[in-house]
Amino acid sequence: MITIPGIVALNTFREAVRDRVLYNLVFFALLMMAAAVLVGGVSIGIERDVIVNLGLSAISVFGIVMAIFIGVGLVHKEIEKRTLYSLLSKPVPRWQFLMGKFAGLSLTLIVNTALMTVGLAAALFYVTQKFERGDGTVVIAIYFILLQLGLITSLALFFSCFSSPMLSTLYTLGIYIAGVFAPDIRDIGIVTDSPGVKAAAKCIYYVLPNFHNFNVISAAVHQEAIPFRLIWQNTIYAVLYITLVMLGASAIFLRRDLK
Amino acid sequence: MSTPAIQIEGLTKDYAVGFWRKKMRRSLDHLDLQVNEGEAFGFLGPNGAGKTTTLKLMMGLVFPTSGSARVRGRSIADVGMHREIGYMPEQPYFYDYLTARELLDYFAQFFGYDAVERRERIKIFLERVGLIASADVQLRKFSKGMLQRVGIAQAILHDPQVVFLDEPMSGLDPVGRREVRDIILDLKKHGKTIFFSTHILSDAEMLCDRVAVLVGGKLQGVGAPGEMLSMEVAGMEILFEAHPGVPLPQKVMDRATHTGDRYRIEVPEADVYAALEELKNSRARILSVAPVRPSLEDYFFKLVAKQKNSVSAAEITPGEQPR
Repeated sequence: MITIPGIVALNTFREAVRDRVLYNLVFFALLMMAAAVLVGGVSIGIERDVIVNLGLSAISVFGIVMAIFIGVGLVHKEIEKRTLYSLLSKPVPRWQFLMGKFAGLSLTLIVNTALMTVGLAAALFYVTQKFERGDGTVVIAIYFILLQLGLITSLALFFSCFSSPMLSTLYTLGIYIAGVFAPDIRDIGIVTDSPGVKAAAKCIYYVLPNFHNFNVISAAVHQEAIPFRLIWQNTIYAVLYITLVMLGASAIFLRRDLK
Repeated sequence: MSTPAIQIEGLTKDYAVGFWRKKMRRSLDHLDLQVNEGEAFGFLGPNGAGKTTTLKLMMGLVFPTSGSARVRGRSIADVGMHREIGYMPEQPYFYDYLTARELLDYFAQFFGYDAVERRERIKIFLERVGLIASADVQLRKFSKGMLQRVGIAQAILHDPQVVFLDEPMSGLDPVGRREVRDIILDLKKHGKTIFFSTHILSDAEMLCDRVAVLVGGKLQGVGAPGEMLSMEVAGMEILFEAHPGVPLPQKVMDRATHTGDRYRIEVPEADVYAALEELKNSRARILSVAPVRPSLEDYFFKLVAKQKNSVSAAEITPGEQPR
């Protein structure tokens, strides 16, 4: 029998499909087709690099935009439109509702990313006429993008529990950008002489989600091997971080009055 | 003694208002109430009386500042209690990308029904609320009355023992109101406890075993509509037709209202014979003499006026003269 988060997740996915969220795939497909056709004529010898770079960047950007803009409305919209009133009058614990919302958007992002991956593979095959062993790094890069999207979704959902969609978008985007530059923040702490700045930089570095470690697009473009250690480290890091953020979201949402 | 269907003890809710300097505003003030199994209970009050707050507290949508409540012996903090209750919010709004059938299927899944059972239940309840013909239409195309009926269907889909309805008749046309009224009567016939808030007093009078009146967050009275009304002695109503060519005494004319040839006067019970004597002398034709039964509406407005007066009195600071 399907669990409560599962029921909520499937409905969240259905909502995304009916709201035509997956229409972004059309733009992605057009982008890949245009790139595949044009790249052969202008970039001799680096067709694969261009397609992989463009494809992975587009998958990442499309996913991030979806995770933030849908994520910030996940809970807020249900409160604003009062659809949550009927739902929570059923035997549905609030934390399970949140898990369901997270799982539903994650499912949407996984399906979206999987379909874009198929598009990228088709474009790659069109320009190179073959798949190479080194193309496996592209799959790992996509896996890391999915982990990033999970982190972003949890942050957007967290803010959605107590803030308006506009502010939640700003907070989530701000944390994402800061997280991309997490190593630079750490470096500020290393080069500074001020103990206060050093401590603050260290603290911020550890608190922020480190998105920098998830970006292996460059390695995928140049078919460089990605260490296995990085794969499991990133996996454990993402799972733990998402768990903590979701626990925080639940703690807030469990006490919130739905006025 | 059997466990009451609903037991509310000292339930109080304060909301913080204001942006910078938050002040607490009391929306519900120490509500004590008991509703018995199988009762149709009306919760009356003007807008802002605290009716919706009470229902939201019962559903766990907002949390009490103090006090407690139990439904069939289970605390409102217990999510498992929600298996035994149904709830329709005020002006219900549902996922408009779903059809009525899909919405009910979604909600039915939370009660663990398998696909076959869900399909059967949904068909029965859509028929019961008169929506079977629109079962596969997206809710965004539904009228307010149709949404209200979907709201009732989702509230009773799992056959709950206690049904909470927040303003179930509001915004409906006479036909819609009649249909909702019939559904409530049907639920009552099946032994369900119905707790509904309303400001349409005639519906409460017609449907409820007992009513409670809430004004300004405070409970003003509880009882059977008849009991509450019998506290008042209202007077007598005389309907008559004047005799052509014989003028009515000025005393009668002053207090009479008339439609065409027919006149109506209302007199205290003690004065009824004197009034009839005067009419007899004027050769008026008496059509009927009947006691004036105060309506629940009269009682309700009296309470609201009393509450307003007490608030106005409280607002005047000591030493200040009312203008």
